Amino acid sequence: MCDSCGCNITPGNEHLVRADGKHAKTEDGRAAVTVLQALLSENDHQAAHNREHFDRRGVLALNLMSSPGAGKTSLLEATIEALGQELGIAVIEGDLETENDAERIRAKGVPAIQIATGSACHLDAHMVHDALHRLDLSGVDILFIENVGNLVCPASFDLGQHRNVTLLSVPEGDDKPAKYPVMFRAADLVLCTKADLLPHMPEFQPERAEGYLRNLASAAPFEILSTRPDGDLSPWIQWLRDELHAQRARLELGRTIRPNIQKDGERQHAASTQGTHEHHHHGQHGHHHAHSHG
Amino acid sequence: MHELSLCQALLDQVEQIARDHGATRVDRILLRVGPLAGVEPMLLQHAYPLAAAGTLAEAAELVIEPSGVRVRCSDCDAETDATPNRLLCGACGSFKTRLISGDELLLANLELTIPDD
Ligand SMILES: Nc1nc2c(ncn2[C@@H]2O[C@H](COP(=O)(O)OP(=O)(O)OP(=O)(O)O)[C@@H](O)[C@H]2O)c(=O)[nH]1
Ligand SMILES: [Mg+2]
Ligand SMILES: [Zn+2]
Ligand SMILES: [Zn+2]
Repeated sequence: MCDSCGCNITPGNEHLVRADGKHAKTEDGRAAVTVLQALLSENDHQAAHNREHFDRRGVLALNLMSSPGAGKTSLLEATIEALGQELGIAVIEGDLETENDAERIRAKGVPAIQIATGSACHLDAHMVHDALHRLDLSGVDILFIENVGNLVCPASFDLGQHRNVTLLSVPEGDDKPAKYPVMFRAADLVLCTKADLLPHMPEFQPERAEGYLRNLASAAPFEILSTRPDGDLSPWIQWLRDELHAQRARLELGRTIRPNIQKDGERQHAASTQGTHEHHHHGQHGHHHAHSHG
Repeated sequence: MHELSLCQALLDQVEQIARDHGATRVDRILLRVGPLAGVEPMLLQHAYPLAAAGTLAEAAELVIEPSGVRVRCSDCDAETDATPNRLLCGACGSFKTRLISGDELLLANLELTIPDD
């Protein structure tokens, strides 16, 4: 009876739903249903589907997150210049409004799909799925998804990416990992951007920023870079090559990965990824129970 | 803030479950939300009536139960309390910990009115 909502009848809960299909309930007709299902399970399903899509095409999908203006699009422009000849690159751009970022990417000769989220402050798996229908992935090695500039919401939504990259730009201050733990905990790589501004902002201490990151029990690499002409992008480029290599090795073994740390606690507490129901009697226990079940 | 879209997702699940169980009304919804879920319970409470209008759960009471932050250490195996921006092992200080509670965003329990069939 619960097939339609995707929950399974297991040996453990079978007695609750079999026979005449009636529920455990009290005289007043109220029933308590234990669900223990992730609120975003619908998004997570779509994300898993997107990930399969990427894996089938042999694509490495990376989600770039940061506060507005930390340098995501500039980093992508520089990355295309460094790797565009050698690797197939495509970009999905998420912004509340405008086609500006997608146009900047297209100007570098790389396909880009703009998602205008309107009032939504983050991308979700469904938006990315829709964008995939407008994007030809053949010949693409790395798909970058540039999320909406926001240090809060994007961290909660799995898009189907393999890795999360979070940017922290020097002008933002070095305490951001402590202030936005949800975001920085989700990062598989933290890039400290606009390093060319460090001489002007001695109050930003990269070691301190990294220290706050380690306080989140994160082992993610912390790299310092600048997209300005004399900046050094090599740690980032090397990370990309390593991740692409790892993705190909995984695909040969028929495996996939999700971003490093996502919803560890939740996974332990959800009854199962699909959700399982249990029914309990509720309320009015002084009265006789009109029904029995099972 | 995405609390309205979260309420939408919540209501989709709640209504689906209510229908599957032949309920005519949802009386109470219990959520379990950890401080690392990235959701502000107050904002969720405010967004709820807007999203619930016209649904089976229109009159439901939304109860949000906060969960604590706990980690397990892979170095010393201790299970300790932590805070959102300090997730180190409380016993040995190691940063090799896994979160065991604190990031959940769970629909935990529903109370439904199910008429006799
Ligand atoms: N000094 C300096 N400025 C940079 C660097 N990278 C980007 N910028 C500047 O920062 C501003 C924002 O850069 P974008 O690349 O548009 O940032 P973004 O993160 O894509 O912004 P949104 O998509 O709007 O969130 C621009 O004026 C860039 O020129 C850098 O390495 N050093
Ligand atoms: Mg941008
Ligand atoms: Zn069900
Ligand atoms: Zn320890």
